[in-house]
Amino acid sequence: MLKVIGRRLAVAIPMLIVISTLAFFLVSIIPGDPVVALLGPDATAEEYARVRAELGLDRPVFVQYFDWMFALVQGDMGESIRTGRDVAPTIIGRLPVTVSLAVIAIIATAIIGIALGLVSSLRGGAIGRVAQVGSVVGTSVPNFWLGILLVLVFAVNLKVLPATGYVPLDKAPGQWAAHLVLPVTAITVAAVAAIARQTRSAMNDVLGRDFIRTLLATGTPRTSVIYRHALRNAAIPVVTSLSFQFINLLSGSIVIEQVFALPGLGQLLVVAITGRDIPVVQGVVIVTAILVIIVNLVVDLVNAWLNPKVRTS
Amino acid sequence: MSATPLPPTATLRTIGRRRFVFPSLLRNPLALFGLLWIGLLVVLSILAPVLPLQDPLQQNLTQTLQLPSAEHILGTDTLGRDVFSRIIWGTQPALLGAALAVVTALILGATLGVIAGYVGGWFNAAASRFADLIFSLPAMVVLLALAAVFGPSTAISMISFGVLLSASYLRLAQASTIAVRRELYVDAAKVMGFSTPRIIGSHIVRNVAGPVIVQISLTFGVALMIQASLGFLGLGPPPPTPDWGGMIAEASNAIFLQPWLMVPTGVVLSLTILSANLIGDAIRDGSAMKRPPSVLRRDRKKTGTLQPLQMSSPESLLEVSDLTVTFPSPDGDSHVVRNASFSVDRGEIVALVGESGSGKTMTALSIMGLLPFPGTVTSGQIRFAEVGDLVQASEAQMATLRGSQIGLISQEPMVALDPCYTVAAQLLPTLRRHRGLDRGAARAAARQLLGEVGLRNVDDVLASYPHQLSGGMAQRVAIAMALAGNPKLLIADEPTTALDVTVQAGILDLLRELQATHDMSIIIVTHDLGVVADVASRAVVMEHGQIVETATVSELFAAPEHEYTRSLIAATPSLVESEANHG
Repeated sequence: MLKVIGRRLAVAIPMLIVISTLAFFLVSIIPGDPVVALLGPDATAEEYARVRAELGLDRPVFVQYFDWMFALVQGDMGESIRTGRDVAPTIIGRLPVTVSLAVIAIIATAIIGIALGLVSSLRGGAIGRVAQVGSVVGTSVPNFWLGILLVLVFAVNLKVLPATGYVPLDKAPGQWAAHLVLPVTAITVAAVAAIARQTRSAMNDVLGRDFIRTLLATGTPRTSVIYRHALRNAAIPVVTSLSFQFINLLSGSIVIEQVFALPGLGQLLVVAITGRDIPVVQGVVIVTAILVIIVNLVVDLVNAWLNPKVRTS
Repeated sequence: MSATPLPPTATLRTIGRRRFVFPSLLRNPLALFGLLWIGLLVVLSILAPVLPLQDPLQQNLTQTLQLPSAEHILGTDTLGRDVFSRIIWGTQPALLGAALAVVTALILGATLGVIAGYVGGWFNAAASRFADLIFSLPAMVVLLALAAVFGPSTAISMISFGVLLSASYLRLAQASTIAVRRELYVDAAKVMGFSTPRIIGSHIVRNVAGPVIVQISLTFGVALMIQASLGFLGLGPPPPTPDWGGMIAEASNAIFLQPWLMVPTGVVLSLTILSANLIGDAIRDGSAMKRPPSVLRRDRKKTGTLQPLQMSSPESLLEVSDLTVTFPSPDGDSHVVRNASFSVDRGEIVALVGESGSGKTMTALSIMGLLPFPGTVTSGQIRFAEVGDLVQASEAQMATLRGSQIGLISQEPMVALDPCYTVAAQLLPTLRRHRGLDRGAARAAARQLLGEVGLRNVDDVLASYPHQLSGGMAQRVAIAMALAGNPKLLIADEPTTALDVTVQAGILDLLRELQATHDMSIIIVTHDLGVVADVASRAVVMEHGQIVETATVSELFAAPEHEYTRSLIAATPSLVESEANHG
């Protein structure tokens, strides 16, 4: 257990340093004078000076870098150029929305995707073909378009679910869930399709292996062969691809937050772009990277539990 | 959304040494649809300036949000512009943008991947880290961050997305180059007149062409999706330029006034992404090996009548008569076993001998009722003493016979055990089921059984996972599993082929010993006449699915009747030698 965590951190910490460094240099790659680019040509001299100082641009670049990294380690991500508020608390305020979306979506993806993949692997013929074509169609429909169609059907016509907005979990859990159904559905369809395909091919792969025949030859019941043995072996590659799907779902939630007016990281990021609010952008990049690292760690632990080769090596 | 490149697991799976066979896309109706759709879009987008389309920018505020009509075949938008015309004019930038991303990814990924695989060392490690880094970044966050720096620009976004996509091409090229280098390392000395990089180059192109074409097709769809998402977020070309993503965003603002407006652009976008995916899938499925036949998907058209039949002699345990095993296929059925008849007496060790492909393993598996799908027994009987004709047994009936009447040992011990469970977790449930034992008694029985198959430190073995065992130990465990239900017949399918020579004799001795102590019959399936001479009393020789000779082992070696048997004996050096010594 500790070894697995240690191994993941040995990869994650250098990666986080690289990503933070790349995020820091976002300011340096702004074409022209960054301060003019950020504030536009019409700002006052004081405003230029304030932002220049805020970004630390009046000092040598490596001094800026170490100051910035040192502050980052202490959880200080600077101040928003537009609002003047601290970036870190702003992001923490937005985090529950995006995390709710992505975490519910990945859980739904795992359950539905694996179940569908299992069915299409075990059932040949028409059901198998429908599942196969369905999964291609599922990965081809853009989530934002699907989201709007869902609003049209379930919120506007049927009036069974709210169209937009977000209610915090601790205020009204029922409302929280109701507001997340449609956006989660919109981003989950493609991920479910992808996981169903992965499960199907992993199951087909495992069912062709010798140990399945050994188990059957000892009289092991079919249900035990499928669920206790085949599914567990097939789950190893599927869990790995779930971690990639989580990264896709984070991308998806950024877009879908616009459709459903959800005040999450995605919305924060889109607003920050229009204002070229680089400190906010840097903060969002780093926080997303941390989210991905956490999910990869969870995936490593699940994999270690599933796969004795990982655990015992 | 499939926003990041394909995960490396998917990419590496498609890499193989086998040569890529370009399947006929035209025979696959879905792929044909994809080709036609994308072809149509390409033609329309090129011809857009000369087609009699309405001006995509021409506003008409008296005719906004119209439904389809003769004048506007897909209706009009919020400013009264013709939707059809705007979709066609938006096609070219959409396709070019996605192509820009794919070309960037291909050039960057393939170059870095080949160099990394060829040079190896730190550069290879760095390239892998680079790919890992990209795989762990949500594409949308990166693209939005860059848009914040550079301002919205389709070209910059799509080139950046190409860099993100390049990771999967990099993995592909890298893995293939390393594989080719390994393969050629041995051959390189033989090859004269060609420089190594050139040979590697041509090999790589041949090996990677298929997976890369699949990747191009699938990533093209992903790039279209990302580009439309950026347009939807307002980061596409500025209005009034027709842009698919932007048009969907406009439509979503008018959703209460005219829901129809959502339909045309969304459907065209979805169909285009779908087409790219369908083409990619068709190439992948066409080039990939057909899925391995699974023993779980079987023909269940059995009568399920199982009653003891008269055997030709009281000594007989198994009588196979006129057995034919068929694998149906659209190109004509293939009969892997034809009219095979033989018998096994109680307490006898019979060898089923032949080269690979002679039908010996299929004969053995049909006795177990474990023929790989879609193989079936199409004629004949398999009579088992006191049980009946196994050909007629239902799957449920066979399940009760397997392990308790007939046991099986496979060829490859290292893959014959479930890698996810310890020996105890696999052996104990089997013992409990067959012998009706509780947990403690099953453990005692397992220790005793493992001792009997010649394993020491049985508690360590019970706690081990299969990958912690040697081949010989794993084969002994597999034998213990097969013996858990005290079967009357043990089928050993090439039980020593995958083992070290030093271990082989031990396993054969064990089988002989177990035959005596358990009073079992054994069918040993082998290509090795040395094994036959060592353990069997009778041999059944198979060639091309037919039995060509049945004889006692001493008769067989003294006076082989069939030409094929003689050639088998001649091909076994140890036997020829020993005969020479005798003579």
